[in-house]
Amino acid sequence: MILHIALREFRSLFLSPLGWVIMGGLQIILAWKFLGFIEYFYTLQADLINIKNAPGVTDLIVAPLFDFSKILLLMIAPLITMRLLSEEKQNGTLQLLLSSPISMTQIVLGKYLGALLFFILLILQISLMPLSLIVATDLDMGKFAAGMLGQLLNVAAFTALGLYMSSLSKQAVTAAASTYGLLIMFWIINIASTSDATGGNFFNYISMTHHSLQMLRGIVYGSDLAYFILFSLGFILLSIRQLDAQRLQH
Amino acid sequence: MSSTLINAQHLHRYYADTHAVNDISIELKQGDILGLLGPNGAGKSTCMQMLCGVLAPSAGKIEINGIDLLDQANLAKQHIGYLPDKPPLYSELTVDEYLNYAARLRHTEKNKLNDYREQAKQRCGLDKHGKRLIGNLSKGYQQRVGIAQAIIHHPKIIILDEPTVGLDPIQMREIRSLITELGEHHGIILSTHILPEVQAVCTRVQIIRQGRSVFNKSMAELQQINQLALRLHENVQTDALLNIPGIQSAEQTTSGRYLISGDHLHDSLASISEYCVKQNWGLLEMSPAENNLEQIFIQLTSSETGAYANAGTE
Repeated sequence: MILHIALREFRSLFLSPLGWVIMGGLQIILAWKFLGFIEYFYTLQADLINIKNAPGVTDLIVAPLFDFSKILLLMIAPLITMRLLSEEKQNGTLQLLLSSPISMTQIVLGKYLGALLFFILLILQISLMPLSLIVATDLDMGKFAAGMLGQLLNVAAFTALGLYMSSLSKQAVTAAASTYGLLIMFWIINIASTSDATGGNFFNYISMTHHSLQMLRGIVYGSDLAYFILFSLGFILLSIRQLDAQRLQH
Repeated sequence: MSSTLINAQHLHRYYADTHAVNDISIELKQGDILGLLGPNGAGKSTCMQMLCGVLAPSAGKIEINGIDLLDQANLAKQHIGYLPDKPPLYSELTVDEYLNYAARLRHTEKNKLNDYREQAKQRCGLDKHGKRLIGNLSKGYQQRVGIAQAIIHHPKIIILDEPTVGLDPIQMREIRSLITELGEHHGIILSTHILPEVQAVCTRVQIIRQGRSVFNKSMAELQQINQLALRLHENVQTDALLNIPGIQSAEQTTSGRYLISGDHLHDSLASISEYCVKQNWGLLEMSPAENNLEQIFIQLTSSETGAYANAGTE
């Protein structure tokens, strides 16, 4: 049942131009960036030979590209998640789901998975360009995989937060605006930790940037995994509660 | 052998401080078509949403086909088809895609999916519209798609919130005959503002005002005529009217107009008119003096006109 809801959500993205426009735009911007990184690598190549343990192609092209694509995904996420529940409420289609023999959890998970499927497609699309380097050089597949995992964890968290914002409002635009606000806050909050003020560690701890940094270097910490999984689970649970609360009290 | 499909007792629902539904009980048996009537904001939609599990009642108990809706929601909801006042349609899907989705949500088995969908389409006159995008259909056809999704999984109970809104008179008639047809095998609850619609299709009428049930009678009871208004050309003594078979009392209201009462007069209308003609009274008009649904409705719902505006939100 979760899958039916997810697949309809996923299909709907491609029935409107939205899905296609996002995929196309993302590809063009990333291609531009990708070529830039390759050019940069060429200019450095001569110097790199003289350095011991010099950073390789993966460090100089793949990691920065993945780092950059995360910012793009952050900008795309609210556009996709804003409609998830807001639109259903606005159009009255939520009543179809609520009067059907399915649980709140199934509705929310279906919606979440539908959006996540789209992001997984985007991540696969993003990975194609760096993968094309395999033809010419050796890639550090471990680092590459860690980078992919980092992106997946990031979008899982973006989607969960967006879904919750969407459950709060009937207006999709309101949901998008509040998702942007919170995502950017979680992204930059560790700026505060660079100062010596007390609580710096705390801000580092709740920041998304901080937790996705190591994965770009190919290191997957349990604490980073836990952060993203708990973040996503937390907002999914809040969405379920929110829908339930709306059924109980208007 | 009519089994009880819905047994809802003492429902209450609050929206913040508004007591939108106040102690309403609804019962629906197989083969019943229950008409919920009431002015705007009386609580009809809220009642229906509670019966479908879309809203939780603040207090009260709902049994669907003997299953408690609050305890075993998923089991109970399988027996319900619901059309909200605004049809829950995805405008980017085609009619077929949408109906498949609706059927899947109600756990329809895969091998029955096509049959059920075609049946629902045929019943709602959508045979030729399967490949059309819902967003491109006219309002009347969208309404039909809304009804089709409510009946696609062959539920025992069909709940329709103002099903004929936005339809032209011919479509309205088609939908009414569809409802009558469905009523033979299902239990149906429908809400409407159109009184003739209720008279045409319903077997029971419940009137709601300000969240309270103020009237609940079967159509058969409603159609019983116990009082007749007569208009005669001749001036007749009221005593003479008492001689009409079956009449227990008679009075003159204005000149030439009389009110006669007796039990079950609807069975003896022919003999009454025949008697009047035989007496050469010059019978000009004979009409039921009470129990007209419209009269009852207006009497019950407009006794406090101010309440009309203050009634709870839907």
